[in-house]
Amino acid sequence: MSGLDLLASGWGRNLLYGAVSTLEISFLAYMLGLLIGLLGARGKLSGGKLTRRLLDAYTTIVRSIPELLLIVVLFYTGTQGLNNLLLSLGVGPVRVNGLIAAVAVLGVVQGAYSTEVLRGAIQAIPVGQIEAAKAYGMSPFLLFRRITMPSMLPYAIPGLSNLWLNATKDSALISVVGYLELTKISQQAAGGTKWYFMFYTVAAGMYLVISLASLQGFGMLDRYVRRGQPQVR
Amino acid sequence: MAKGSSGGQPAVVVEGLHKSFGDLEVLKGVSMTAHEGDVVSMIGASGSGKSTFLRCINFLEMPTQGRIQVTGEDISLKTGHDGNLHPTDRRQLERIRTRLGMVFQSFNLWPHLNVLENVIEAPVHVLKVPKAEAIERGEALLQKVGLYEKKTQYPAFLSGGQQQRAAIARALAMNPKVMLFDEPTSALDPELVGEVLRVIRDLALEGRTMILVTHEMKFARDVSSHVIYLHKGLIEEEGPPSQVFGAPRSERCKQFVSSIH
Repeated sequence: MSGLDLLASGWGRNLLYGAVSTLEISFLAYMLGLLIGLLGARGKLSGGKLTRRLLDAYTTIVRSIPELLLIVVLFYTGTQGLNNLLLSLGVGPVRVNGLIAAVAVLGVVQGAYSTEVLRGAIQAIPVGQIEAAKAYGMSPFLLFRRITMPSMLPYAIPGLSNLWLNATKDSALISVVGYLELTKISQQAAGGTKWYFMFYTVAAGMYLVISLASLQGFGMLDRYVRRGQPQVR
Repeated sequence: MAKGSSGGQPAVVVEGLHKSFGDLEVLKGVSMTAHEGDVVSMIGASGSGKSTFLRCINFLEMPTQGRIQVTGEDISLKTGHDGNLHPTDRRQLERIRTRLGMVFQSFNLWPHLNVLENVIEAPVHVLKVPKAEAIERGEALLQKVGLYEKKTQYPAFLSGGQQQRAAIARALAMNPKVMLFDEPTSALDPELVGEVLRVIRDLALEGRTMILVTHEMKFARDVSSHVIYLHKGLIEEEGPPSQVFGAPRSERCKQFVSSIH
């Protein structure tokens, strides 16, 4: 059997399934990370002392521990903690949905980085623009939605684009806890057929395609959010 | 060109305003009343507190002590943890702010919106004016400040003078009761000052109520109905421009107005 026959015999479809699964985890984790990041950045900039301390602890700890270690720790302690909690409430243990666990764990990691990217971007907005919005009677929420968000994006997009690329690759770390995504499936395919080089190369190619397409998308987004700024050459 | 005090309804009343930044007391009890149709100019050296005074009127700076009334409405205040007064009712503050059109020294246009979008932003989203109506009004205002042709340009592509005229149109679009100008020409190249002053002068001639912090003495003399000279956080001299510029009682004020033209 040739490599192509192997891909056609069903492994190819499995790999595609893995790629979709990778995109799914990455996208959901990225979105969760952005949500945590927005709240975290707001908290760091205008929260009380305790809020700021807690958020500092969160971003410092998550960003200083190797992600592989964090994922293993969060995944096992997270699922075990949940089950212990449920047991103490008199509800039997549950099998934690793999997708939800993977998204939650990666999202918490992403959230720490997002918090810092968004905090920096918000701080980069000239204060006068915020004052102008206040002076015209904008409420805090309206001001955030109409002025702060669009004004910070030019400063945030480069960092957020890096974070997305990290999310697609960090999702591979989820394979260590047995979740079926692109890396795990290519391992299975390689191990099952002994065509290591081919399957890993195909998987690597798929990651590359995802990244290239993402960069195109972020490039367009970057041009859009910078529409009001002269180009620096 | 100068007008006497119009004697209309009080538009802005400030009583006994104090403001400290830490140990530094910038305002030491300043009072002022601007009636409808008045053009009040605040002059004084850098650091005299005139900009801080203006920024306290719409609470971009929180005063330490004092009372502020806008169009007959007292802004309810309470002392916060930082020792400054803070408005107790956010909605009242936001409502009051819509009646005060602020123009900043550094323009502060929103860079992600083009000129027309800058002008209609607050009317549409704060005052809930229908968009078509806001655009119609916004275009008329841009015509008035001579920027209609630039309406789809982004602020970063305009000169300082054009940006400031756009910012004035943006303030006017809220149909404010009082215009607040915070050194509107101080950040401009000398050759661009004239175009902005022309727009402000037209507003004065229309009878708009304005409070103007400025270093343009000749302009203040021409357009004001009332001039206040601030020195180290206190009113040193005030009165009609003919008095403050022509025959000041205070020696310091005399020196100040003769040293700067």
